[in-house]
Amino acid sequence: MMRMIGRRLLIAIPVLFGITVLNFALIHMAPGNPVEMYINPSMTQQDIELRKEQLGINDPLPVQYVRWLGQLLKGDLGYSYATYQPVGEMLSGRIGPTLLLMGTALVIAYLFAIPVGIWSARKAYSWFDYSATGFAFLGISIPNFFLGLGAIYIFAIQLKWLPTGGMYTLGKQGDWTDVAMHLILPACVLATGIAGNMVRYVRSSVMDVLGQEYLRTARAKGMSEFIVINKHALKNALIPIITVIGLDIPLLLGGAVITEQIFQWPGMGQLLMQSISSRDYPTLMAINLLAAVTVLAANLVTDIAYRFVDPTMRD
Amino acid sequence: MEQTPQHQENRQVTENAAENAAGHAASRAGKPAASQAAQRQSSSVLRAFLRHRMAVAGLAVFSILVLMAVFAPWVSPHDPYEVGKGFQPPSAEHWLGTDQTGRDILSRLIYGARTSLLVGVGAVSVYVIIGVCIGVIAGYFGRWIDSVLMRMTDVVMSFPYLLVILVMVSILGPSLQNIIIVLGILGWPPIARIVRGSVLSVKNREFIKAAHVLGFGKLRIMIRHILPNVLSPILVNATFGIATAIIIEASLSFLGMGVMPPMSSWGNMLNSAQNISTLSARPWVWLPPGIMIVLAVLSVNFIGDGLRDAIDPKRKTTR
Repeated sequence: MMRMIGRRLLIAIPVLFGITVLNFALIHMAPGNPVEMYINPSMTQQDIELRKEQLGINDPLPVQYVRWLGQLLKGDLGYSYATYQPVGEMLSGRIGPTLLLMGTALVIAYLFAIPVGIWSARKAYSWFDYSATGFAFLGISIPNFFLGLGAIYIFAIQLKWLPTGGMYTLGKQGDWTDVAMHLILPACVLATGIAGNMVRYVRSSVMDVLGQEYLRTARAKGMSEFIVINKHALKNALIPIITVIGLDIPLLLGGAVITEQIFQWPGMGQLLMQSISSRDYPTLMAINLLAAVTVLAANLVTDIAYRFVDPTMRD
Repeated sequence: MEQTPQHQENRQVTENAAENAAGHAASRAGKPAASQAAQRQSSSVLRAFLRHRMAVAGLAVFSILVLMAVFAPWVSPHDPYEVGKGFQPPSAEHWLGTDQTGRDILSRLIYGARTSLLVGVGAVSVYVIIGVCIGVIAGYFGRWIDSVLMRMTDVVMSFPYLLVILVMVSILGPSLQNIIIVLGILGWPPIARIVRGSVLSVKNREFIKAAHVLGFGKLRIMIRHILPNVLSPILVNATFGIATAIIIEASLSFLGMGVMPPMSSWGNMLNSAQNISTLSARPWVWLPPGIMIVLAVLSVNFIGDGLRDAIDPKRKTTR
């Protein structure tokens, strides 16, 4: 087991390295350089050259990469072109809201999708199964931004039940029920696509297990249907679902960008869009790097967790 | 962006399908009636596909969209670029009303089908080609070439699709070609993995060895003997890929980072609905393009589901 974990970690190292290289390459594809961003009219050509020398822009790219990586390892993400603040500081305030949004969406999606998927499999080819599959496909196919606009139109504008966006009502900072009211719509919108996928996944996974011999044995032993399904069948059916959680992370991160933009949720996605419009490349790259590392870590954790719960996968 | 995990799930399923297909092909190769068997197999796939009602409905809707896109200049009632009085509600003159600069919404909707389909088919073609090349090279040559290429695949897959696309488009500048290029150079990893897996599973079979012994070149063996075995899983993956590409193009254009007006795209038609007064008082501006996106993506997803069920014998479902 430990050897397996060790090997997975070793494989992750070159991938992590590749992520930083790709990220660095992207920075250098971007037009302009940091000096142009800090230029002011009183600077002479000599000053600019001096500044370039100080910032190391005239060094060969590999040298610049190593220096950048060194700073990165010390936790220095550079300074924003737009606000001149350290990027690390700008990010730290945004991570909380994004995690809150993503976490809530994930919980909503699974609380909804797992029972529906199980019931769909047990009542396969019934009207319930067909409508669940139909809605699952609809959930996968509807873009977040359209769903979000529709949700705002119905629940915030027409019915006036919920706020149109933001995270707090002005003057009510720190009130959790207020945050919860603001959270409902964006979290549900973000949850839709994931729930749609999950329903289909749980359904096919439970269907596979339901056809197996050991369930017949359990029934023959006189166990109640409730115990057969919930104890024997689900235990095995839900194992593969762990892998889906890992695969949902990149989807959530992408969806969060759009959802945060529509609902003006003050998270990383909104910061990303702001950085794009102000061409703030250091912030952009930091967000991208953070997201990529998160995805890599999520894949690693699910891979290990999967082998942990499924004995046949152990080596 | 919604498709990514489904994609991954497909990957596992389609990889199995690849092995099945490869197995079939291998057992077929020795028989003289190989082409007959192939024909029989493809007609049974067609029959299985036609049994999948939602897939047939999806194909019908998608065909209408394609016709709409091809014949856009003839079927649209107005010039989609002609400006006039803004925000007219639906009327006999403008069936779906006009947008903020007075352009006819129905006509822009029809022209928008061109954009969506172009991005969907264009981007997927680009990445299928890249994915096939990388997959074949990795699978066939193996050893360090394989490890390097597969780690590269892991790296590209680690970046959340939509995020890195947004960043790259912001660097290259938003335009139709750039979206196709960016989607193309980021979408190949699943295809590469399918192809590699399938190449690995057939490369030590007798019929490949026989081809070696006969003195055929590596390129010929790959193209004539290995690729036909992976066509069906690639087809399934590419179909779902078209749906993903359509959603991403719409999302980017909605955010103002995709196809820019005056060119029409369903996504950028929804852009003005970010304004709360348009959202609340003028639903004719944003509802129709949104419905078109859902229709297009849903139909492609159903086609993909039907294809997958038809091709993979283990997933027999009748709907």
